[in-house]
Amino acid sequence: MHAGIIFLLVIVGSVLFHIFTPWYWTDIASNWGAMDDTITLTFWVGGGVFVAVCLFMVYCVFKFSYKENRKAEYKPEDKKLERILTWATTLGVAALLAPGLIVWNQYINVPKNAINIDVMAWQWGWQYRLPGEDGKLGSTKVENINDNNPFGIILEDPNGKDDVLIQSDVIHLKNNRPVKILLRSVDVLHNWYVPQFRAKMDAVPGVVTYYWFEPNKVGEYEVLCAEYCGVGHYAMRGRVFVKNEQDYENWLYEQETFSDLIAKQEEIELSQVKLAKK
Amino acid sequence: MSEDYNDNKTIQAQSSETISGEGGAGVTSDTDYVRPAEVADQDLYHGHSFITKWVFCQDAKVIGVQYFLLATFTGIIGLILSWLMRLQLGFPELAGFMTAEHYYQFVTMHGMIMVVYFLTALFLGGFGNYLIPLMVGARDMVFPYVNMVSFWMFFVAVGVLLASFFVPGGPTGSGWTLYPPQAILEGTPGSGMGIILMCVSLILFVAGFTMGGLNYLITVLQARTRGMTLMRMPLTVWGIFTATVLAMLAFPALLVSALMMSLDKLLGTSFFMPTILKAGEVLEYGGGTPILFQHLFWFFGHPEVYIVALPAFGIISDLISVHSRKNIFGYRMMVWAIVIIGALSFFVWAHHMYVSGMHPWFGFFFATTTLIIAVPTAMKVYNWILTLWRGNIRLNVVMLWCLGFIVTFVNGGITGIFLGNVTVDVPLSDTYFVIAHFHMVMGIAPLMVIMGAVYHWFPLVTGRMLSEKLGKWHFWFTFLGAYSIYFPMHYLGFIGVPRRYFEMYDSPYVTSAVGMNEFISTAAFIVGAAQFILIYNIVTSLKIGKPAGKNPWQANSLEWLTPTVPPEHGNWGDKLPVVHRWPYDFSVPGAKEDFITQTTPPSEVAETEVEKT
Repeated sequence: MHAGIIFLLVIVGSVLFHIFTPWYWTDIASNWGAMDDTITLTFWVGGGVFVAVCLFMVYCVFKFSYKENRKAEYKPEDKKLERILTWATTLGVAALLAPGLIVWNQYINVPKNAINIDVMAWQWGWQYRLPGEDGKLGSTKVENINDNNPFGIILEDPNGKDDVLIQSDVIHLKNNRPVKILLRSVDVLHNWYVPQFRAKMDAVPGVVTYYWFEPNKVGEYEVLCAEYCGVGHYAMRGRVFVKNEQDYENWLYEQETFSDLIAKQEEIELSQVKLAKK
Repeated sequence: MSEDYNDNKTIQAQSSETISGEGGAGVTSDTDYVRPAEVADQDLYHGHSFITKWVFCQDAKVIGVQYFLLATFTGIIGLILSWLMRLQLGFPELAGFMTAEHYYQFVTMHGMIMVVYFLTALFLGGFGNYLIPLMVGARDMVFPYVNMVSFWMFFVAVGVLLASFFVPGGPTGSGWTLYPPQAILEGTPGSGMGIILMCVSLILFVAGFTMGGLNYLITVLQARTRGMTLMRMPLTVWGIFTATVLAMLAFPALLVSALMMSLDKLLGTSFFMPTILKAGEVLEYGGGTPILFQHLFWFFGHPEVYIVALPAFGIISDLISVHSRKNIFGYRMMVWAIVIIGALSFFVWAHHMYVSGMHPWFGFFFATTTLIIAVPTAMKVYNWILTLWRGNIRLNVVMLWCLGFIVTFVNGGITGIFLGNVTVDVPLSDTYFVIAHFHMVMGIAPLMVIMGAVYHWFPLVTGRMLSEKLGKWHFWFTFLGAYSIYFPMHYLGFIGVPRRYFEMYDSPYVTSAVGMNEFISTAAFIVGAAQFILIYNIVTSLKIGKPAGKNPWQANSLEWLTPTVPPEHGNWGDKLPVVHRWPYDFSVPGAKEDFITQTTPPSEVAETEVEKT
């Protein structure tokens, strides 16, 4: 009997914990409210099944615990009951799956007005590249990466010249404007994850992966690496600022483009040549 | 029992026609008819020295115990590693000796040990070896010598694994999933000798396991005693059998991925290695893809979950049935559910990879297959609780573990629906929600089964009962403790706390997690320590435990019906048992007792209303 009571307390405690927990998801700051909704739906359906199954179990413990003179029922099968349970479960599962697939479809189809951001990861840090006035990112190659070309942009690609280079782990985003995060890595797996945006995807060396979201709350957020990437994994952080349009444009204006970088380097080289001549 | 054997002798000696020709007695004997044996009895090698009897032994029962003890030993190492991890996470100020390198090495070794060297070895090598021959009425496994080699391969595999703690650089710290490229690049602890020894150990494990696995399969298919049809096998055997089929198909994927990664490391091939820039220099790799490894790994890794779960499903079904004094509800559906889950488990692997960068369209397919697998799994859960319903439940320690299993398994199964449903997985993957989910569903739930099985079969193996009183303490500490570790841990995942973080620093949204981590760590220390109650219980019960006698639980299945308890080498004395019914005839109306053993011929219980045999 005591066992039944303790199991009952465990179940009631679980429900109460869920209702009163101070540990729950962070305030959402992107368009992915639908993800939170699917989680909530799954909680209701799944939580309901958990509570029902466990309560039934506790009921059985109370009602049918051992008595010398009682004999258990002998009933190997009950086709009707088994059929009902199968179909009810199938229905419940389908009800959870359908919204999941619908939202996934949104997740993998990027809106046309999204700003592309090249997120480049390495052990252990991030840097970012935004398209210039042409709205296109230049293509890149790992072998091209060096001090003069920190993003490995292919020099012959005309799209690359006006790309905005942000060699810092701080990136700014425009509020209420979708961004397509294009992830790449030069060494191992990484994952650019901001809990408040809900979304994530691995950065895989050798390929470019993507996901998108639309930030909708001005503020400062922490970027975490969410795919184990070696001993510095836990320290691989960054920061995102979501800004209003004006603040964003001001920030963007101050950033350096690839042509600026090339020009600066040429200047340095020139001055070095001059120095050498002197 | 001896009467049964005599009955069978007459049947063996004569064909059914001659029996029915004998007049009055023929009517009953005819219903007792069992097809005569088609092959001669198995010839066994009998050990004579200490070494052949207890060390290089060919008796499946001894091999089972050897597997059990070695798996438990590695499991205790895994437990100690988890303590160290929890110390770092809950009380970092006390873990000053631990660097990030250490932490990741402990994480990796804990995971690999628990999944492969503890759970898999224990369920299949331990319970499989001990129970399969006994439950199907065989004298031993069909290839006893290969079976012995299987254990010693496992022994060497464990040795190689543990040796990696002592090589320069230490064991690999690449996470138990061993994802390349980081697993073999500097920047991950143990990327030199550590990862190589890990791969070698896994290859040895798979090779050894294949030898054991073939034994389990062929014994079940070929060495069942007369009357033991497939649909009369205990669900334990069904679970272990199906899990072994999965293992035979899944482990090769692990083997090749370990092999290919070793080649990448040692010979500079590029199976999993694209062009990589490291410390400003381009490495001599190119053209490979890390995602290939993930596909191979999870093609093994997901069936692996069911390699652990299916034997647990089978065992728990038998324990619940015996201790509820009631037949397992819906036996045929239970069998088919095991088979269907096993088959489906090969079509769901990429649900571990929703955010891995594989083609996003895969998400639709794998979310659908994953949620479909929830249906047969849910059916099993319903059938367990419907077995309790209108039963006559003995609330002993074994039953407590069964109830604990149902709670933790349903809890972990439901959170699996969260993670399997591709959209929900996006925010939760790689967070503590995942850790909590899989520990609940494939850590704690199977552990509950192992514990229940230990209390259930200890009398068979040793001839003595374990202490019920100590058992109850052990259960409540373990169940309540483990539940309070993993239930709240899900909520850390909701906050977004990523897994495999050595330290959180002062991220604004995780400061509230500090208190929770202290609580979880404390619970983890208590649960771990509580396992020593079991060890104490076993050690003392071996000497002073109540003698079990024959069939102490009044069970029906064959393992309890051997002429001697504990069973001797060869299991069955002179005559193999003959099976007349399924193992779940409990509380049959009209029967004198509340159980009818599998060897009871129908003529002995003619007055009962048996529905299924």
